[in-house]
Amino acid sequence: MHEQMLYFLQQLLNGLTVGSAYALIAIGYTMVYGIIGMINFAHGEIYMIGAYIALITITGLATLNITFLPVVLVIALVLAMIVSSAFGWSMERVAYRPLRGGNRLNPLISAIGVSYFLKNYVLLAQGSRDIGFPLLIKGSWTFGDPNGFEANFSYMQLTIFIVTIVCMVALTLFISKSRLGRACRAVAQDLKMANLLGIDTHKIIAATFVIGSALAAVAGMLLGMYYGSIDPEFGFIAGLKAFTAAVLGGIGSIPGAMLGGIVLGVAESFTSAYLSTDYKDVVSFLLLILILLFRPSGLLGKPEVEKI
Amino acid sequence: MLAKRLPFAALCAVLTLVMGLPILGLNLTPQGIHIVLKSAPSATFMWIALGAAVVFLFQLFKDYLSGFWRQVPLPKASSFTPNLEGRKRIYAERAGWFLVAVLAFAMPFFASRGATALGNLVLIYVILGLGLNIVVGLAGLLDLGYVAFYAVGAYSYALLHQYFGFGFWEALPISAILAATFGFVLGFPVLRLRGDYLAIVTLGFGEIIRIVINNMTWLTGGPNGIGGIPNPTLFNMEFGRIVKDPGDTLFYKVLGIEYNSNHKVIFLYLITLVFALFTVFVIKRLTKMPVGRAWEALREDEIACRSLGLSRTGIKLSAFTLGAFFAGFAGCVFAAKQSFISPDSFNLYESVIVLVIVVLGGMGSQVGIILAAAILTMLPELARDMAQYRMLFFGLLMVLMMIWRPQGLIPMKRTPVELARE
Amino acid sequence: MLEVRDLSMRFGGLLAVDGVSLNLNEREIFSIIGPNGAGKTTVFNCISGFYRPTGGEIQFNGHAIHSMPDYRIARLGMVRTFQHVRLFNRMTPLENLMVAQHHQVNTNLFAGLFKTPSYRHREQEAMDRAVYWLKKVNLLELANREAGNLAYGQQRRLEIARCMVTGPKLLMLDEPAAGLNPRETRDLNELIVSLKEDYNVAVLLIEHDMGLVMGISDRIAVINQGRPLAQGTPDEIRCNPDVIKAYLGEE
Repeated sequence: MHEQMLYFLQQLLNGLTVGSAYALIAIGYTMVYGIIGMINFAHGEIYMIGAYIALITITGLATLNITFLPVVLVIALVLAMIVSSAFGWSMERVAYRPLRGGNRLNPLISAIGVSYFLKNYVLLAQGSRDIGFPLLIKGSWTFGDPNGFEANFSYMQLTIFIVTIVCMVALTLFISKSRLGRACRAVAQDLKMANLLGIDTHKIIAATFVIGSALAAVAGMLLGMYYGSIDPEFGFIAGLKAFTAAVLGGIGSIPGAMLGGIVLGVAESFTSAYLSTDYKDVVSFLLLILILLFRPSGLLGKPEVEKI
Repeated sequence: MLAKRLPFAALCAVLTLVMGLPILGLNLTPQGIHIVLKSAPSATFMWIALGAAVVFLFQLFKDYLSGFWRQVPLPKASSFTPNLEGRKRIYAERAGWFLVAVLAFAMPFFASRGATALGNLVLIYVILGLGLNIVVGLAGLLDLGYVAFYAVGAYSYALLHQYFGFGFWEALPISAILAATFGFVLGFPVLRLRGDYLAIVTLGFGEIIRIVINNMTWLTGGPNGIGGIPNPTLFNMEFGRIVKDPGDTLFYKVLGIEYNSNHKVIFLYLITLVFALFTVFVIKRLTKMPVGRAWEALREDEIACRSLGLSRTGIKLSAFTLGAFFAGFAGCVFAAKQSFISPDSFNLYESVIVLVIVVLGGMGSQVGIILAAAILTMLPELARDMAQYRMLFFGLLMVLMMIWRPQGLIPMKRTPVELARE
Repeated sequence: MLEVRDLSMRFGGLLAVDGVSLNLNEREIFSIIGPNGAGKTTVFNCISGFYRPTGGEIQFNGHAIHSMPDYRIARLGMVRTFQHVRLFNRMTPLENLMVAQHHQVNTNLFAGLFKTPSYRHREQEAMDRAVYWLKKVNLLELANREAGNLAYGQQRRLEIARCMVTGPKLLMLDEPAAGLNPRETRDLNELIVSLKEDYNVAVLLIEHDMGLVMGISDRIAVINQGRPLAQGTPDEIRCNPDVIKAYLGEE
């Protein structure tokens, strides 16, 4: 195979990897937005906390001499999801629920406050320096000429794909089949009506935050391990990008968030490969502005009809 | 009653432990190439347990507490300002502003050098807060990248000086206008969008400006910043000991007094005060002008505005551009005061601090914002040991303000256009 | 002056308005009636530019307005009220009328900052117009109150005054009599006729109060399920068998 072709494939693969993790975070934004029409600025922080809890668990298990890999990974994943969900649930309860029904600006400001609070909470407890995240899933398949360019498909990347797909399938089944999922859809379509029909909308909104946070924690653990280090600031840029992904796919639409994450991941990977790495973060932002300008309803979203 | 709340209270206590224990209790510490987990000191665990207990008790007795809480009256707007009718109120207000201005002008001649410098910083935040207040408080647009325009103003002066030898007074209007232009160009595409999109786009924009300044080393010196930015002069009189610009004279020589390094600090303070008062005046006037009325109307009902022929983009853009103008203005003053600027001075924290000033002071309220700027700037200076908790506290403050007092410490008091009775 | 040709509006799978045509002459009171959910307000929203119609053409005084943004249409002299009153609730009635005149006053920043003679003059004119219309709708006494605290009927009148102060050529009223008592409805009736007679305004009206509609309309269009059913003078509509069957017959 041509070297250039291999290089291209490698970038595509890297983009898909990061993009599928973005998709996991984007789901949290999109679900919350779909139901209460609010951008949860603190969602990136939940993702960062997920990564920290995973690392703390992995380090702790190593101290206890538990080294059987599947066990370590599963425990770390589950704990990260639980703690992140606790944060997500509490934040909705404390900072957003009391503000429901008021001025639109207030929950946004409150969300900024939560984001700063959580970031500094972790920063004060764990320090501001970045900490190495051990790559537990080692090894890879290589393709191409050993003397020229070699494309790598690591087991870590494979894991990210598998975990993401499992999460997506589980979420889709949950939303379409379960009672709670059906209630979620009802509330997203018409909150007032759902309330009149006896659905406990507060409970549904809380559930949305919990699901979104758990998925963000999964992404946090996967990306933390993939990148190899984490720090308290690491939620901010990821949050911004996942939000871009959600808007790109059409905010409020779950399949849109998945698609948007992957498109953004690939676009970003190609930018840093073929243009410049300095401005990698600038690209996703420019993409965001362009979508908002030319197709504010995103790739899969429905255009909004203003109620007059 | 209590038994009914018990399970929920227990759940909340458990959640507090879940959120507190792993992050506060177990610290990741690098040791050589490895990371080890260190347990936090036992006092930390005591605090976590205490926190969980407080949450438990609070949830358990919430109904009683909220009943008690309701009996504590909140201060109302009218308890701060005497309730006067029409004309009288306007005169009282003018007298109040005049008194504050006189005191502020007199302050540096009695206060220490440090206090004057701190006062100067407060005034810069007053300008920033009032500028952001146009955008957030008056026009109802959440701008999270306000610091970007502050940076544009500061770097405009620094670069104009470095490359073209501009002095402070030439650079001041240019900095403000450049920042306003940035605001206009960014605002034009995004202001058609709904409010929350604007928030995130401005958030991104604030970061992008910083990244760009950081990366364009050839122009801006990158992370090393730009130094040697001259202080303002007074009719070409410099306040240093020796002349920096050959065309200038020296203040102490012209006046024939002893050189005193305090003169410079006092002068800087005084011109910043003049600018702050100018800002107060302009914004006060704006609120009574057609554009101010349109901002308020747009906040009240956008659809009605459109049905009457008001262009929402145009009106929002005017607020966004004017807000950026004042940020640029403040940026130029900041650069002149510090003599040195680097991208670090313009990170997201600054945007958040200015936003906290607006939120705490009361959206739309000028007096409140001035007060909040003073409190929030002086507080970290007075409690230096607590400095590291500053951002944690600010985050908490934003949430608490939104829950308990979204209108701010001193809510905006409308002065409606009155129809004189015939 | 207003010509709507073959207007249609589709929301997803729902065809809310289908092939509606109207044309309005100067100084004419034209009513659109039809059962609830017939698409009357959607027609209004299309004409005033809040919705972009999916089909058809709208001409207003020689301008094609079907793809023009709402605020530009308003500036051409076509203003409207809303089914649910939309006032600037925390502002006073006087201020409501001042905001409406945004394009008649001097919005130049520097003129306002320095209070130039031209600025003062234009503000004073706007104030005089506002006072004139407040007097006309009997709200002058309440000029300094909060608009949101006015009684419902007063809010309705204020909304009409707010339209009139812009000096429109066509006034669109969306159920202006809804929620008014009989006396207020009679006053409204007089007001609308006076707007036509004394101020040369054409009125496009959506209304359920048949007494009002039949009494003041020059012509009436009936819409049913988004489609035009009949058009004509009040007498023609009263006798039209389709209308009786679809609309009046129900009651």
